[in-house]
Amino acid sequence: MDCTGLCEALYRGGMDQGLAQFLSIFAGVLFVSGVPLVTVIFLIWVERKVAARIQDRIGPNRVGPFGLLQTFADLIKLLLKEDITPTSADRLLYNLAPLVSFASVILIWAVIPYTPYHYGADLEIGVLYFVAVASLGTLAIMTAGWASNNKYALLGAFRVVALLVSYEIPLVFSLLIPVMLAGSMSLLDIVFAQSGMWFVFLSPLAAVLFFISSQAETGRAPFDLIEAESELVAGFNIEYSGMKFGMFFAAEFLHVFTNAVLITILFFGGWLGLLWNEPIIAFLWLGIKSALFYFVSLWIRNTVPRLRIDQVMNFNWFFLVPLSIILLLVTSGVVMIFKTVGLVPLDAAGNMQLAGANLFDMLPLTLALLAVNALMIAPILNRWRNIGREARLANERRQQARMASPAVGD
Amino acid sequence: MTVLNEWAFIGVFAIMAPIFPALPILIAAILRPKKPNILKSQTYECGVETVGDTWVQFRVQYYLYGLVFLVFDVEMVFLFPWAMAYSQLDLFAFGAGFLFIFLLADALIYAWRKEVLAWR
Repeated sequence: MDCTGLCEALYRGGMDQGLAQFLSIFAGVLFVSGVPLVTVIFLIWVERKVAARIQDRIGPNRVGPFGLLQTFADLIKLLLKEDITPTSADRLLYNLAPLVSFASVILIWAVIPYTPYHYGADLEIGVLYFVAVASLGTLAIMTAGWASNNKYALLGAFRVVALLVSYEIPLVFSLLIPVMLAGSMSLLDIVFAQSGMWFVFLSPLAAVLFFISSQAETGRAPFDLIEAESELVAGFNIEYSGMKFGMFFAAEFLHVFTNAVLITILFFGGWLGLLWNEPIIAFLWLGIKSALFYFVSLWIRNTVPRLRIDQVMNFNWFFLVPLSIILLLVTSGVVMIFKTVGLVPLDAAGNMQLAGANLFDMLPLTLALLAVNALMIAPILNRWRNIGREARLANERRQQARMASPAVGD
Repeated sequence: MTVLNEWAFIGVFAIMAPIFPALPILIAAILRPKKPNILKSQTYECGVETVGDTWVQFRVQYYLYGLVFLVFDVEMVFLFPWAMAYSQLDLFAFGAGFLFIFLLADALIYAWRKEVLAWR
């Protein structure tokens, strides 16, 4: 039986081996989940501070130094708030929904590798596990909306499920590209495969697709139709109050950071950086890169206005989904050509092996894929520029018409 | 045995995961005031009394999105093994994958032409 570390120490100390193994796993779970749980308390402060700065406010600054203890004050307030359950609600599902919502996010952290040596579980199907667990969140929202027995909540839940389910398609398609390049679904192997070149340089479009669709998955602006305060009052969580309401929000905050960590691992080399063999430095690298993406996510949230539901859905089905399919086909084609020619790092059996490859070996494949990605991005950018130009011209013409005949207008 | 250990970890984690949010809710249940009354626990609709049943039939469009999603999701599960083994596969596998994705895209184009994808 595999029994090392804490398990071995307990076993030596005279404990039953099964119990020792269980206790070591239990300690591992506490450690792995402790990191996100502690982080989320800090993140709520970061989020409020950043949002405040973008909106030209100061943000929380009363409780503790720089308002750092604000979250604890909020926590105490939420604990002491009366919790109202509407009489017409489905009580079991109503109470279960916040638990599932939070659990779906925290379960993702089981497969996230903090450093090359510290991770919860190195599953061979890590990426698939992430997709499966993350979609539990959709279920939680549908449950919450349905069980509340409120029309706003149900309408919000319908919209959300349509939106989340749609954006899962480009998300999974963009996930297929790191899996294809690394030849493994284990997140640990995916990071190791980036030792020569980060996957963002091999497929920038996939990274962008992943970022957009994961932003949609969290239900943050510009995709915050989940809440839509002006139309749906608050959406699926309208009937929730007190700590149950708080749990939905804790889950959302954590989900945003989880996505930042995931994009770092899948496309930006995870813990790879200078001196990554040292666990502390590796962990720092992961933290720094994730913080960067977390900040970008907050930035987008606080500057981009909310889209209409039809804009959101059409953007997905008529742009993101076709683009992700084409991207997958093109990438697999280029990889196959380069593999046949032999311009990619190969192992002894003649298979593509990116793990441990150096920068020079990776160059031909990187340049080819970059060129292909640029070829796909160029017409899109050109089209968007034309749309913008037409809108500007139409606006100018309207203004000129108004100037020419002031009596007609205002 | 190591493989089983990884899943044992997931198992323990899955049991623990709902406990983390349940704990504060339970603590709150002890601490918070409980003063329910009829008006307070009515369905909230901005102060207006709710009319009619909430759990009614809804628009068929959501169902169509669900169906299209199902097509993609089921086929995507088949694409994962293909992508995973891609570094060891030959040209034939690329052709097979191409055909498979083409059929997938075909479903999308069909739905597109039938105009069920546009939000109305």
